[in-house]
Amino acid sequence: MSQTLAGTAREERLRKATISVLVDNESGVLARVIGLFSGRGYNIDSLTVAAVDDDRGRSRINVVTTGTEMVIEQIKAQLDRLVPVHRVADLTKDGPHVAREMALIKVVATGENRVESLRIAGAFRARTVDTTTGSFVFELTGSIDKVDAFIELMRPIGLAEVSRTGIAAIARGVETL
Amino acid sequence: MNALVQPARPDPDTSQQSGATASGAEILLRVLRDQGVDVVFGYPGGAVLPIYDALFQQDAIRHILVRHEQAAVHAAEGYARSTGRVGVVLVTSGPGATNAVTGLLDALMDSVPVVCLTGQVPTHLIGNDAFQEADTTGITRPVTKHNYLVKQSCDLARTVHDAFYVARSGRPGPVVVDLPKDILIAPAPYVAASTKPHRSYRPITQPDPAAIRTAVRALKAARRPVVYAGGGVINAGPEASRLLAELVRLADLPATLTLMGLGCFPASDRHFLGMLGMHGTYEANLAMHGCDVLLNIGARFDDRVTGRLSAFSPDSFKIHADIDPSNINKNVAVDVPIVGDAALTLRALIDAWHDEPVPQNTAALAAWWREIAGWRSIDSLRFTQPPAPDAVIKPQFAVQRLAQLCAASGRDTFITTEVGQHQMWAAQHFPFDKPNRWMTSGGLGTMGYGLPAASGVQVAHPDALVIDIAGEASILMNIQEMGTLAQYRLPVKIFILNNEYMGMVRQWQELLHGSRYSESYSAALPDFVKLAESFHATGLRARNVGELDDVIERMLAEPGPVIADICVDKLENCYPMIPSGAAHNEMILGPEHAGRTASITNEGMMLV
Repeated sequence: MSQTLAGTAREERLRKATISVLVDNESGVLARVIGLFSGRGYNIDSLTVAAVDDDRGRSRINVVTTGTEMVIEQIKAQLDRLVPVHRVADLTKDGPHVAREMALIKVVATGENRVESLRIAGAFRARTVDTTTGSFVFELTGSIDKVDAFIELMRPIGLAEVSRTGIAAIARGVETL
Repeated sequence: MNALVQPARPDPDTSQQSGATASGAEILLRVLRDQGVDVVFGYPGGAVLPIYDALFQQDAIRHILVRHEQAAVHAAEGYARSTGRVGVVLVTSGPGATNAVTGLLDALMDSVPVVCLTGQVPTHLIGNDAFQEADTTGITRPVTKHNYLVKQSCDLARTVHDAFYVARSGRPGPVVVDLPKDILIAPAPYVAASTKPHRSYRPITQPDPAAIRTAVRALKAARRPVVYAGGGVINAGPEASRLLAELVRLADLPATLTLMGLGCFPASDRHFLGMLGMHGTYEANLAMHGCDVLLNIGARFDDRVTGRLSAFSPDSFKIHADIDPSNINKNVAVDVPIVGDAALTLRALIDAWHDEPVPQNTAALAAWWREIAGWRSIDSLRFTQPPAPDAVIKPQFAVQRLAQLCAASGRDTFITTEVGQHQMWAAQHFPFDKPNRWMTSGGLGTMGYGLPAASGVQVAHPDALVIDIAGEASILMNIQEMGTLAQYRLPVKIFILNNEYMGMVRQWQELLHGSRYSESYSAALPDFVKLAESFHATGLRARNVGELDDVIERMLAEPGPVIADICVDKLENCYPMIPSGAAHNEMILGPEHAGRTASITNEGMMLV
């Protein structure tokens, strides 16, 4: 009865999960996390890591992944059993959260396209951080969807290069990791 | 094994050692002594010379010199699994460390607590492609539970204490500590084991009472319950095995064990259905298939056990107790997850059983036992041994006679195996009534495991009877360890079921690949009797049934190491068998059903 009720119903549906992991800031810890994902065949859609707590030497890893409910639960359990891992949180599931990334987007265009790119940047509240007579570099911060939309709009106009940070995420409200 | 707090040991001579006067190597040995280490399995080399020099100047820790680093890890596994303590390995940098990799993964997959100390080039040479340099922490990251590179002398003692805590806590496993040579030579401060909880690794050991109550209610209401237990019960210590037997008898539950769990419930008990899985008994597998409540304690729904997942125990309410939360809902979705130590979980289940007022469904249970008795009467492990003295020996008969004559000797007997048909025949036909007596490579399936593991068991239990049930192909993978047996006078008995084939490969080729025996014949075999003699051991050979008992008796009576070359039926297959991709109720019971393999799909063929 279990497999049919619990298993197959949730088996097929894929979902995105934003997982935050608090780890000891020691050598090899990122390799451990990445090795876990590649070794067990999990997806990494985006990954960011930086020290967040200098005194106690901890880093926060934010990873966006896609999988079935069972796979995402596995990922959390597998991360949690790594020795240098302090906390694992599934921000997507645990409650409302904020997830943002920054992107630098280079557009090479002249004439009407050049003007159009500036108009779109204005609508997205992107900052122009570099300008030449033939190009712009825009800095844009926002959700993954917003950055995706901006890039798609720039593509026909003269999109030349994209550099994205991957997302930083945090739960809304008083709860902390 | 699951202590949350690292043990503090009395430290009589702190005064002498305070400050950093002793070398890193001396501090390392002191920490090993703190951790209760009495024996280390290793092989010297340039990077670990300071440790070997320190070993030379003390008597507290015994060093066993193996002949290959892989064997050092297997020996430490044998030591660990037969004692419940952490096994310790010491190897040099570069090839010393890479040779240990197979053993480390073996220990990881079978949850064996091992601490492996590897030498490393001095810190200033790391990354320069120095002689015998390897990125040991990089290479061993996926084959260990955790690993460390000690970069500063002040971290040495704390790191080694930490390694032992991680190796034995929660789900046990192998831990590597990589030790650059300059750290071993420079003075290092001594630090005693911390009594504080670990900063990040604190496995849950106490089961959730609500889950325990739900489990007990389901078991009491069950019409067709089954207990399926595994190596986690053995890892939780002998008390867990005792409690498992108490629960099974109290609730009159049918019980089956995984390959790794053999011995955690007495094979002689009437509740025991035998091993389950690919080469498990008919009654165990059909009980798994037909049960309505399944209690899994310390097993992980391995693919050898479940067969085709979509058809695994389709109508059961599943309770899964495991120390490792990542094992739960990994392969099989369960209804009641219980995270905790097996002994604490069993204790809680027994207490809740007494407290729960609901009566057990004894009428349904009696009917279930009658159904099981019907399956038992099939006698799925049966074989036919022609009785004539010149008849060819059936491998099953050889294992059965070995078991009977060992029992008759009255000695405490430990069995290790290599990997293949002989391993399955040993699991099927050698009964174990106590835990920690059966050492086999389950998860990784490492040919060459048995001989070095046996040497580790014998080091830990010098007076016990230690037998490696082997195949003629597997034994050659670590045959150099005959030298270790000779050097330390370890009276290990090697019982080779010699069918001149990599038998399990040959069996799969017969059943699935049209009997095209591609590269599975053991050509150019050595004369095992002469081979034994050249390693200062006794060599014996049984060519037919008439010689079998005499060879076993002489082997058991011999005070030193023995190789017994048992020439068995070359084409015997290991049955019963669930072919790959099939379900528990689609077993092949014997050659008469071998035609069923024709129904194996391409999907099944792709499985190993």
